[in-house]
Amino acid sequence: MDLIITVKNYQHKSWLCVKPSGELDMAVADDFRARITEAMQLFGCRCLWCDFSAVSFIDSSGLGVLLGRYRELAPFGGKIIITGASESVYRLLLAGGLHKLMEIDRPLSMRYSEEGI
Amino acid sequence: MAEHTKNTLWAGRDILVGKDANKMIFRFLSRSENVALARLLAAAAVAEKDTTVAELDEIKVAVSEAVSNAIIHGYGNDPQQYVEMSIGVSRQELLISIHDDGVGIADIEQAMRPSYSTDGRMGLGFAFMQSFMDDVDVSSLPQAGTTVTMRKKLA
Repeated sequence: MDLIITVKNYQHKSWLCVKPSGELDMAVADDFRARITEAMQLFGCRCLWCDFSAVSFIDSSGLGVLLGRYRELAPFGGKIIITGASESVYRLLLAGGLHKLMEIDRPLSMRYSEEGI
Repeated sequence: MAEHTKNTLWAGRDILVGKDANKMIFRFLSRSENVALARLLAAAAVAEKDTTVAELDEIKVAVSEAVSNAIIHGYGNDPQQYVEMSIGVSRQELLISIHDDGVGIADIEQAMRPSYSTDGRMGLGFAFMQSFMDDVDVSSLPQAGTTVTMRKKLA
């Protein structure tokens, strides 16, 4: 898994932007979790922006990392947004109920077909 | 895995997939990178069927969960053990069994409950297997390993 980490100011908050690429399963979950946690502490970010445009697969191990970050951030007014997910990844995020806790961008390809954009 | 288990791996399941079924058995180390290998093998096994992209995703996730469970829970992340995956594909259905010779599950019902989890995966593993496959059967005994058998109807 490659992971690009940047910090952006948006809505007067400091956001940690992470862009992982590849498959988010148990083989990379520990590394993914450790690198996000380390960067959040280093930059003091309470908001996490996940750019999933290069993620080809995710399962409960990947979801577990996101849910864990949510539980850490939520008590401090933090939040998580997820953008760029493919239809496959998006469906799984919904199946895991993450849309109830995080803002998840609907894939453009689904909006094209369903909303007639 | 004991010799008798190898030979009888398909014995009871032939009835489920039928004589026209294609059957295969894969055996691989309990290394985390083999989770990806397992789900790709499962997806490749149904490549000639008229499965939709969404169905393929479901199969891949279900296999990923079962193999992850075998490695994390069955073997306690020991990468030197073996996981065995048997796949049967007939015209009507797909049958996948994931077997480990690990610690086993004392209380299967508790382990399959969505809230139950001992790791960071929030107990989603079994929930995904159950919602993405048509049938999930878990047989296990403490210290005697676990076999998860999943069935999915193919259109």
